[in-house]
Amino acid sequence: MQLDAADKALIDSYQRGLPVCERPYQAMAQNLGLTENEVIRRLAALKEQKVLSRVGPVFEHSQAGASLLAAVAASPEQMDAAAARINLAPGVNHNYAREHRYNLWFVMTAADERTLKGRLDELEQQLGLPMLRLPMIEGYHIDLGFQIDWEALS
Amino acid sequence: MSTSISKSEPATLSEQDRALILATQNGLPLVPDPWGELGEQLNMSADQVLERFQAMQESGVIRRVAAVPNHYRLGYQFNGMTVWDVADDAIAELGERVGELPFVSHCYRRPRHLPYWSYNLFAMVHGTSRDEVENKAGKIADVLGEACSGHTILYSSAILKKTGLRLRKQTDKN
Repeated sequence: MQLDAADKALIDSYQRGLPVCERPYQAMAQNLGLTENEVIRRLAALKEQKVLSRVGPVFEHSQAGASLLAAVAASPEQMDAAAARINLAPGVNHNYAREHRYNLWFVMTAADERTLKGRLDELEQQLGLPMLRLPMIEGYHIDLGFQIDWEALS
Repeated sequence: MSTSISKSEPATLSEQDRALILATQNGLPLVPDPWGELGEQLNMSADQVLERFQAMQESGVIRRVAAVPNHYRLGYQFNGMTVWDVADDAIAELGERVGELPFVSHCYRRPRHLPYWSYNLFAMVHGTSRDEVENKAGKIADVLGEACSGHTILYSSAILKKTGLRLRKQTDKN
């Protein structure tokens, strides 16, 4: 994966937000001294290479419904089956294996709090494992990305 | 500018907004007039689509419209969820300060579940090595000082599922 200066500039300048205006790619092009078509071509290529996971809106889950981070501690023998069951449960959009006694961490979503609780209760029963439920109480900094250190990555 | 938000009541989404979210959760069309193209799919004008996007950003339904990097693919292969046991009377101020560190991508306060789980502050840190993540965790420890009575780092060993927000159509809501 080879990124040139213009690719890096696109990521640095727009990972925190791009202009929501009539011709967004043209506005970005003007800012970076590229053409609109070049911006579009580069964004498409970066997406194709999976360097960008998306060019588009990041939705606020709590505004579109309810969500909650949860974890379970699965034994090595239970791990695969538990992970598969979590992935199949309605509303799960993230599931990470982590190195800890609590080794499966997932985010469950639903249209409202009542549905969310119902889904969590059902999954907890299916898994037969006590579930750690960790709703967000306060967000101090939320998913705005972080400064990429290209030097360190090269 | 503070990025702090508290959990608030969900906004009411119109059918049109839900349709727009469904159509763009994997990204905007990469064409000169993305709003026009979306409008054609959804039977709206380009102006209406743009106006709804701006309104949803204003109301907080959309956090941002952005080129979202895949940090893992860029070389940040170590994703450490650092978790901290911070004194309740200090967490509001210290949480803000940890959230402001340039290498922290998310920072949340969550409840403890004693005796199983004593950590109430979560800060996500990415690095190209474990050493780098630990170095950054050390900087968080410096900020927290004596208000912190314990911490650990949970490295991810596999991403088992990762998708964006998935809205179901209103009709199959259960």
